[in-house]
Amino acid sequence: MFKIVLKEELAPKIKLFKVLAPEIARKARPGQFIILRIDEEGERIPLTIANFDADAGTITIIFQEVGKTTDLLGLMEQGDFLLDFVGPLGMESEIENYGTVVCIGGGVGVAPVFPIARALKEAGNTVISIIGARNSEMLIWKQEMSGISSKLHVTTDDGSAGEKGFVSDVLAEILSQTSVDRIIAIGPVPMMEAVCRVAPKNITTMVSLNTIMVDGTGMCGACRVEVNSETKFACVDGPEFDGHQVNWEIVKMRANMFINEEKIALSHKCGEGECQCHRKNEK
Amino acid sequence: MSQEKRKIIPKKHPMPHQEAKVRSTNFEEVALGYSEETAILEANRCIQCKNTPCIDGCPVGIDIPAFIKMIAEKDFTGAIGKIKEKNNLPAICGRVCPQENQCEKLCTLGKKNEPVAIGRLERYVADWELAKGTESVKIPETNGKKVAIVGSGPSGLTAAANLAGLGYKVSVLEALHVAGGVLVYGIPEFRLPKAIVQKEIDNIAALGVEIKTNYVVGKLSSVDELMQEGYDAVYIGTGAGLPSFMNIPGENLNGVYSANEFLTRNNLMKAYRFPEYQTPIRVGKRVAVIGGGNVAMDAARTALRLGAESYIIYRRSFEEMPARLEEMEHAKEEGVNFELLTSPIEIKGNEEGRVVSIVCQRYELGEPDESGRRRPVPIKGSEYEIPIDTVVMSIGQGPNPLVQQTTPDLETNKWGNIVADECGRTSKPGVFAGGDIVTGAATVILAMGAGKKAAEAIHEYLQG
Ligand code: FES
Repeated sequence: MFKIVLKEELAPKIKLFKVLAPEIARKARPGQFIILRIDEEGERIPLTIANFDADAGTITIIFQEVGKTTDLLGLMEQGDFLLDFVGPLGMESEIENYGTVVCIGGGVGVAPVFPIARALKEAGNTVISIIGARNSEMLIWKQEMSGISSKLHVTTDDGSAGEKGFVSDVLAEILSQTSVDRIIAIGPVPMMEAVCRVAPKNITTMVSLNTIMVDGTGMCGACRVEVNSETKFACVDGPEFDGHQVNWEIVKMRANMFINEEKIALSHKCGEGECQCHRKNEK
Repeated sequence: MSQEKRKIIPKKHPMPHQEAKVRSTNFEEVALGYSEETAILEANRCIQCKNTPCIDGCPVGIDIPAFIKMIAEKDFTGAIGKIKEKNNLPAICGRVCPQENQCEKLCTLGKKNEPVAIGRLERYVADWELAKGTESVKIPETNGKKVAIVGSGPSGLTAAANLAGLGYKVSVLEALHVAGGVLVYGIPEFRLPKAIVQKEIDNIAALGVEIKTNYVVGKLSSVDELMQEGYDAVYIGTGAGLPSFMNIPGENLNGVYSANEFLTRNNLMKAYRFPEYQTPIRVGKRVAVIGGGNVAMDAARTALRLGAESYIIYRRSFEEMPARLEEMEHAKEEGVNFELLTSPIEIKGNEEGRVVSIVCQRYELGEPDESGRRRPVPIKGSEYEIPIDTVVMSIGQGPNPLVQQTTPDLETNKWGNIVADECGRTSKPGVFAGGDIVTGAATVILAMGAGKKAAEAIHEYLQG
């Protein structure tokens, strides 16, 4: 059992947990993820690590309530326990001194970009960051990102904070003025795809693919993606890939694998009939 | 009944089963097990021959005639004790071992008649013990040495139990949230109830074995780190991973699963009870399972139970199928359709990227290949299309890569399997390996045999 030692609401439907998992905190590296399960009936869901603190023994995760499991997760309180929490999984980000790196986070994707940007800065890179959200209310971790970036750009779809527009627009601007050696982009698939369209092919543009997963250890193939025309398993070969080589059509298609089932799960009334799935939260 | 007067009964006592029509709609166990009376009658079929060929056929060397004699004499405590001298997972082996290729194949009685139903008798006494509850075991005195076992499948559990019996402090490290490996994620409930697996694992834990779930070796700790942390030896039994695909067009469409994913969703995550259990599975009306092994049968029979029409698509004919005869027969009885001498060449999808059909090509059998099986050759112009909603690829799997990636001085072969000798010794001192991670996909009992041999080799290494 893994204790939630801190819960914060960062924005409407976006929550942060610090989870006590000292062994994982000791080993976690930027770019890696964990898989958690709330309770016996729960799904195993992957979440990219937003921060780790070996001394405190905690892993920080940030999630948006977008479906059954994340909704249930959002109902959990500080002091509650997650049944399972396993990691660190996946390959760590490649961190080197590349020169100038643009780090882009969209929506809840700002969270996993943070430790990568921090590590890149520590490795000597000039880090230019762009973070974006629908509106100012949904913008997270501006403070954190500004602390580790030599320049931070903010965009919102409605202009309620920073520049009005998309992160990819700002990227295009930066590219026209500055020589950039590498790009990291994490966020919704359309955002990462747009970034890859703007970024020239000769600049490696790493994206993190948050696919459907089951085991997260290379056993099931639920997480498969097509990279450079080859099938890869996001959980062991990724989750980061050069976005220029990713087949985005397959990423988008596979994300809809269980779209109907997700609706059924949401409309399934807990506590009715045989269902027991909310019993732990009712206490 | 005295030996001399006994008439030979030519056939095994039949195993009671759930009716095919009924069982194809539920996930309860298919084979119901012998009654005490039947078990004793069956045990009496054993002629207690002097040369005991059955023992040679057992990968873990159980004294089969001895335990059968005890069953005949109604000494069930003695019988289970005899089995457990060599096998710590008898309720599992009694269900899933391919006895027809092992002990029962060599049975003297089997030369002219059906062999003694050794597997069913093993299951009977194992279940008898689980039902009554095991007596509290004496935890052997510790010798102060620690062994880490990576993976809690059949080979890891066997190694753990044997080492614990020798006085080692054993920790089993499992990546998933429950122990059991393929016994819990792979083999379906209707063939091996998870409650049985859990009880067998509880018995092993009762020997003082520590079982740590959610522990991914290769990520949370490398093998070297385990040794630095104070483990005197490490046994790697991480099993098979990385499912294979055919590299045909359409394999990444929605509705194409590896057998591992399809079975894991159902067995480990209980998707058949969705939405009460939150892991979904989608099968649609018709499911095609590609392959002819036991795993393919498990997937096809699972698909039936989820309410779909189920097809096995296999390149060769019945005779060449690697699945156990019993599994194929059960599948047939339940209504799985067999499309033989057929192989898919393309999977087609709709605009949403969902599978709608599978294009297959017919084959005929040509000359025998290296494996001695007649090689299937495609028939030109024989392509045909079957409307299908779900495809399950059950054509094998490669080794799990996580441990090897972080243990550079561990020798592997060109497929990535760990290289180990017949005692499980690897290229790295103090590190042993066995089961599917060494041999490639094999059976539960062979993995157990490897775990057992490695336990002996580890003992020798640590005492030497
Ligand atoms: S999640 Fe199962 S192989 Fe990646």
